[in-house]
Amino acid sequence: MDGSQPDPPAGPFTGFPAASATVGGAWQPPGSFGTAGRGPRLLSGGGRRATAISSASTLVVLGALVAVFLVAPGSSQVRHVFFNPTDMWQSFIGNPRKGYYSVGEAIWLNIRMFLAAEVLILGLALFIALIRQSVSPVLFPFRVLSLIYVDFFRGVPLLLVLLAIGFGVPALRLPVVSTQSAAIYGVAALVLSYSAYVSEVYRAGLNSVHRSQTAAARSLGLSQSTTLRYVILPQAVRNIIPPLLNDFISLQKDTALVSTLGAIEANGAAQIYSSTVFNYSSYTVAAILFLILTIPLARLTDRLIDRDRRRRLAGAAA
Amino acid sequence: MPGEAGMPDAAATSGTAIEVTGLRKAFGANEVLRGIDLEVSTHEVICLIGASGSGKSTLLRCLNLLEPINAGRISLWGQEITAAGIDQNLVRRSIGIVFQSYNLFPHMSVLHNVTLAPRKALGTPRPAAEEEARALLGRFGLLDKEAEFPDRLSGGQQQRVAIVRALAMRPQIMLLDEVTSALDPELVAEVLDVIRELAASGMTMLIATHEMGFARDIARRVCFLEEGRIIEDAPPAELFTAPKDERTQRFLRRIIAAGRL
Repeated sequence: MDGSQPDPPAGPFTGFPAASATVGGAWQPPGSFGTAGRGPRLLSGGGRRATAISSASTLVVLGALVAVFLVAPGSSQVRHVFFNPTDMWQSFIGNPRKGYYSVGEAIWLNIRMFLAAEVLILGLALFIALIRQSVSPVLFPFRVLSLIYVDFFRGVPLLLVLLAIGFGVPALRLPVVSTQSAAIYGVAALVLSYSAYVSEVYRAGLNSVHRSQTAAARSLGLSQSTTLRYVILPQAVRNIIPPLLNDFISLQKDTALVSTLGAIEANGAAQIYSSTVFNYSSYTVAAILFLILTIPLARLTDRLIDRDRRRRLAGAAA
Repeated sequence: MPGEAGMPDAAATSGTAIEVTGLRKAFGANEVLRGIDLEVSTHEVICLIGASGSGKSTLLRCLNLLEPINAGRISLWGQEITAAGIDQNLVRRSIGIVFQSYNLFPHMSVLHNVTLAPRKALGTPRPAAEEEARALLGRFGLLDKEAEFPDRLSGGQQQRVAIVRALAMRPQIMLLDEVTSALDPELVAEVLDVIRELAASGMTMLIATHEMGFARDIARRVCFLEEGRIIEDAPPAELFTAPKDERTQRFLRRIIAAGRL
């Protein structure tokens, strides 16, 4: 906020959301990281009347959707095939003697793949972004390579990357590299593909930090790498947390694609159940488990975006 | 380079501090500095005045090596810092610069802002760096702000922190680039007081400013810049009352007409 005056705004013409007075409680100066000035929220406390209206409207809309589902000609078949409680429970707990695995247990593989991929993506993507942002003539060939990398993996569908690595690398019959599990190849494919996207997010974050910050740090005698590490990156990362989390929500879901390589993760376990018992309720279980994983992250992302928006508003008002 | 701070310390207490000869700087086709010659003695305070775009800021940024120059040379105590093979980071430790827009690090507390460079560039241990930072903050009335983040401070406070941050590197020269231009009028005085104290302590300073009254009070010499050249270089009493060059006269007439002198 170069050149801005951070004195608290006094009047009502500050662009500072008026809701801060009612929702956030005590007034806080803008630019703080406090709780003042919430924007419109999904579950807003807009008074008793507003709550009543929104509850009624929700009931009507949901009721209509349920009614359409229930009166549809194929309703009972769909309910039997997709929402059969017995099948849902059976697929959830699994029964190896009858030839199918527990979907509830298999989701742990998704979680493990997700966590491993996330850490690797954060590292690899940052590395690629820094190379693309570099200016040194020595690094020119690496800049070209990273550009090709990003273009390639953003352009090729993840499923094809998965198949190429999951079936191509074992076929090479190399020692160690060709004898890994499907989950490892799956993680490798996810990391390659997502790093291309996330490196672009990093790049946007690095560009969002004003050049004067670099000038200020370098003028103090800090080296380029120290400037990057302590001044530029912390600000860049803070600016990109919401889009980063967005990518990770879709990464969580995309771990399901690893089932194409034969890994028994939630989707794979559901598939095995459905082809053994001829009932699709196992997929519903898998879907519910994925929702339980992704919804908290989605809500967290919303909250961070909201916080970010308030900070920008406060900055503009200051 | 000799000396741990990159500059010969014995020489740093006397003689010519800065020597600029034939300095030229262009941004693309736009030549901003068109041959600057300037000599600054140790402990001397020089103010640079001139219209916006006359090259004052660019000159200061060149002295701090933030801008690569196109021609000419800059020496500090006889050592050329624009030569090849000079470690810019070492040079910058002995020349502090403060910007119009403060440029504090927004994600760090005041104390952290001040201690970052001593710790990461000089390798000062954290307790020592913090002790020194507190001493400096106390000297400029900011001790109670050490835990605040920049966005909770007034513009004047932010600018004083920026000055303290530069001083924490123990520079022998301070460059001030229109440090009061972004401030509300009532906050200007507190920053000018800090600069006066620095001048009284013997700091060698080059100050680009629009505060003519301040320049008249504090500077030993005032340089008037226009179109990338130093048009007139004289003690303030002379330059403000009897400017020799017609362009200086014209500039000062406009300043007086605007009620700023």
